[in-house]
Amino acid sequence: MNTEPENASPHDDSRRTFLKQSTLLTAMALVPGPVVSAAEAKLDERVAEAIEQVPLSLKVNGKKLKLSVEPRTTLLDLLREQLHLNGTKKGCDYGQCGACTVHVDGQRVNSCLSFAVMHDGKEITTIEGLADGDKLHPMQEAFVKHDGFQCGYCTPGQIMSAVACVREGHAGSEGEIREYMSGNICRCGAYSNIVAAIQDVKKGGQKV
Amino acid sequence: MKTPEKQIGAPMDRVDGRLKVTGAATYSAEYELPGITYAVLVGSTITKGRITGIDSKAAERAPGVLAVITHFNSPKVPGFDTAGKDPSQPATVGGPIKIFHDDKIRFNDQPIAIVVADTLERARFAARLVKGQYAPEKHQTNLEASKPQAFLPTSAKKNPKNPMNDYQRGKTDAYKAGAIKLEQDYVIPTEVHHPMELQAITAHWEAPDRLTIYDKTQGTMATRRDFAKEWGLPEENVKVIATFVGGAFGNALHSWPHESAAIMAAKVVNRPVKLMLTREQMFTMVGYRPYTWQKIGMSATADGKITAITHESIGQTSSYEEFTESTLAQTRMMYQSPNLTTRYRLASLDIGSPIWMRGPGEATGAFALESAMDEMAHQLGIDPLEFRLRNYTDTDPENGKPWSTKFLKECYQLGADRIGWNKRQLKPGSVRDGDWQVGYGMGVGTFGAHRGAATVGAQLLPNGTVLLQCATTDIGPGTGTVMTQIAADTLGMDPQKIRFELGNSSFPKAGTQGGSSTVNSVGPATQQACLALKDKLRQLAAVGSAAFASAKKEDIILTDGYLTLASNSTARVPYAELLKQAGGTAVAVEAKPDGAGQKYSMYSFSVHFAEVLVHVLTGEVRVSKLVSCADAGTIINEKTAANQMKGGAVGGIGMALMEHAIIDDRYGRYITKDFADYHVPVNADSPDIQVAFVNQPDPYVNALGTKGIGEIATIGVAPAIANAVFNATGKRVRELPITPDKLV
Ligand code: FES
Ligand code: FES
Repeated sequence: MNTEPENASPHDDSRRTFLKQSTLLTAMALVPGPVVSAAEAKLDERVAEAIEQVPLSLKVNGKKLKLSVEPRTTLLDLLREQLHLNGTKKGCDYGQCGACTVHVDGQRVNSCLSFAVMHDGKEITTIEGLADGDKLHPMQEAFVKHDGFQCGYCTPGQIMSAVACVREGHAGSEGEIREYMSGNICRCGAYSNIVAAIQDVKKGGQKV
Repeated sequence: MKTPEKQIGAPMDRVDGRLKVTGAATYSAEYELPGITYAVLVGSTITKGRITGIDSKAAERAPGVLAVITHFNSPKVPGFDTAGKDPSQPATVGGPIKIFHDDKIRFNDQPIAIVVADTLERARFAARLVKGQYAPEKHQTNLEASKPQAFLPTSAKKNPKNPMNDYQRGKTDAYKAGAIKLEQDYVIPTEVHHPMELQAITAHWEAPDRLTIYDKTQGTMATRRDFAKEWGLPEENVKVIATFVGGAFGNALHSWPHESAAIMAAKVVNRPVKLMLTREQMFTMVGYRPYTWQKIGMSATADGKITAITHESIGQTSSYEEFTESTLAQTRMMYQSPNLTTRYRLASLDIGSPIWMRGPGEATGAFALESAMDEMAHQLGIDPLEFRLRNYTDTDPENGKPWSTKFLKECYQLGADRIGWNKRQLKPGSVRDGDWQVGYGMGVGTFGAHRGAATVGAQLLPNGTVLLQCATTDIGPGTGTVMTQIAADTLGMDPQKIRFELGNSSFPKAGTQGGSSTVNSVGPATQQACLALKDKLRQLAAVGSAAFASAKKEDIILTDGYLTLASNSTARVPYAELLKQAGGTAVAVEAKPDGAGQKYSMYSFSVHFAEVLVHVLTGEVRVSKLVSCADAGTIINEKTAANQMKGGAVGGIGMALMEHAIIDDRYGRYITKDFADYHVPVNADSPDIQVAFVNQPDPYVNALGTKGIGEIATIGVAPAIANAVFNATGKRVRELPITPDKLV
């Protein structure tokens, strides 16, 4: 993967990162037969047409990025393993726990459940992009004040979800918050404190 | 000068809160090391037997693959040959499996290969290409079928003093002769810890004989010892870092095969290797709460005095390790029963080894005991709280010793008031609210107040802050925070100026974070280190200022860059001067438990009260209210302590209503593989949980008066809910979890 600043030389769509070995293709159902045999014959150049890194433009935490990624890379793995934004957590990789929650164009999304390439041109906000410099986001402050966590592993996902929950208008009552925060598992069981933090932010009326 | 505010007891915000809410806290798979590689494990598809071949050619040729390691090509691990030969290790209770060492398969999904590649995607893809061939043997994964082969643990056979031995006071099985009696079986299914952070390790050989691992562990020292031994290295050559641990609940109390595999892989590729298990693998190779069958026989007099209890249990273990836990401990000491029998047995199954899961055996045992208490109270027509009071004991009936402290009656009162126990009807099924039946139940928990050796290092730094260090870990309770509070009070210093570092095996040593023992052990060590630091500073100050020569430790305060006295603020020596004199001020002291444990029985106690709603048509159970009260000694931080209690209660809700890991015994394979099949409580499953502490110091466990919270937060919750379900519906569920099918 390459990371280039926005004002670097324009992305060259024809440039591809070729795979050095190609036997991998034998297991890929989508690859046409001739390509597979080409791969087996180690004709890497031809194989490269079938498998390549895909160009991808993203705005992550306000920063425009031109990337090239494998189509099978999830948004979560892109963030963690390639962009080194480890605040977004992997708790299941199956869309069942919410630890990987980020905002895509303002909507909360389980980043493990979508491929990075599906988000071309979109704006991603992760936990690292929530605070305003040194000043914590009101939801982050409320989580500290109400002790809305223990181990802290589910916390980035909870906070991203909590912000969205308030923005969506789903923080009207304790019951509504509990329902709309139920996609985020906290195995430490800090649920009551998470609800208290969200209610506090909601009541405070600050802009989230 | 104003005396600093007292921090112990204050609801201080967590010292690492900011790191956790900004995503800056670094967990074990998040260390950026140059040349990092990714590993993925390949698991056995059979449950028992031998590996006859592994086809790894396709994987080896796949793009980016650096190594495929199996038992056919694994490097020599020095410790694998000596394991079991160490006379200090009781070889008969087995040992963890030796990864990639032989062709034996002992459980389904046992790793048969590890694939290392330059990216995660490539490693994951290549791992799918590895195919094992096997010679399967007949396996057994069902405890009920193995009950006839259940055996007394070897540790008990070898040592008559081992608590896993049969216990007897009064007459054996005396309940059978009682006029009023009950005899019931209770079952806890396999439950899995499932911390939100998947088990992960980053292994880095910094030199051929120097290993650093960033690991999810509850004990940096224990992990260091295990892997130093495995690789035949001096302990100081192995460094274990666990600065942040994303929950564990017991499953990081053991060193597991995946850790050995990642370390081996890093050796082979000679680059750092990162390995994170999948959620599916969290079921199979990193422990679980064992399936446990229990039987309780109990007899009582018509006026509610227990005359005899027999409690038997058979818990599952693996074929290669004998895992034991204190399932029967609470029964032996909680109620004043003159006749009492306990029998603990194990059954070996072809499943990976279990490991203590929050509240461990005590939580399992409490489900049976506290359910039986409720059943007996019902049979006698006595209120269950009153029944417990009639059998309350002021000395430990197991050994006749006095309690160090016991404020369980106070807990009963606090809880009964808060839940509105007086609303409970004696006759089950008598309260209804629309389509919901309403019921109330209670359950009691207890856990030994353990204290182990710990050392804390303390230094005054030139910038006027105090740095404390200890190898202990923080899996979530807030260890660094409460230690900062203890240090602040001991030093008479602003907590902002104190930093407590942990989770590093190179720091002064501490035990593993488990068994509710961290504050009991590391707390007094922190206190001692701070006192020693003060004394050293006083001596240095006394050189130039006579006022310090005779000053008492309690009088000394560290403030605003000066050492001063609470009684005489004109006596002050700047830190800079002290440091100049000292030429370095590192102080390390060791706090060890005294002999108090011999004279007293030391336990934490809890009681949980639940209000449940059971839907008359669907059988859905909702916990509408939960009140948890604890006698845990001194509470250092009310906010984090209450949070821990609430978390334990949520765990108890899972245990009572949903958690159930299921194996298809035909194949020996879990059919619950993720959070879609294995349910844990979500936010909507949790009521607003109320917590109350007696907050009375225990003078014997340690100088701080703490007794421990982590386990008693869970122990007793599941039976409270089961008893409330009975009170609501008249239906007694003795096999957890209480799912709707058991109620309609
Ligand atoms: S990691 Fe994405 S939902 Fe669990
Ligand atoms: S804080 Fe540990 S999982 Fe939520």
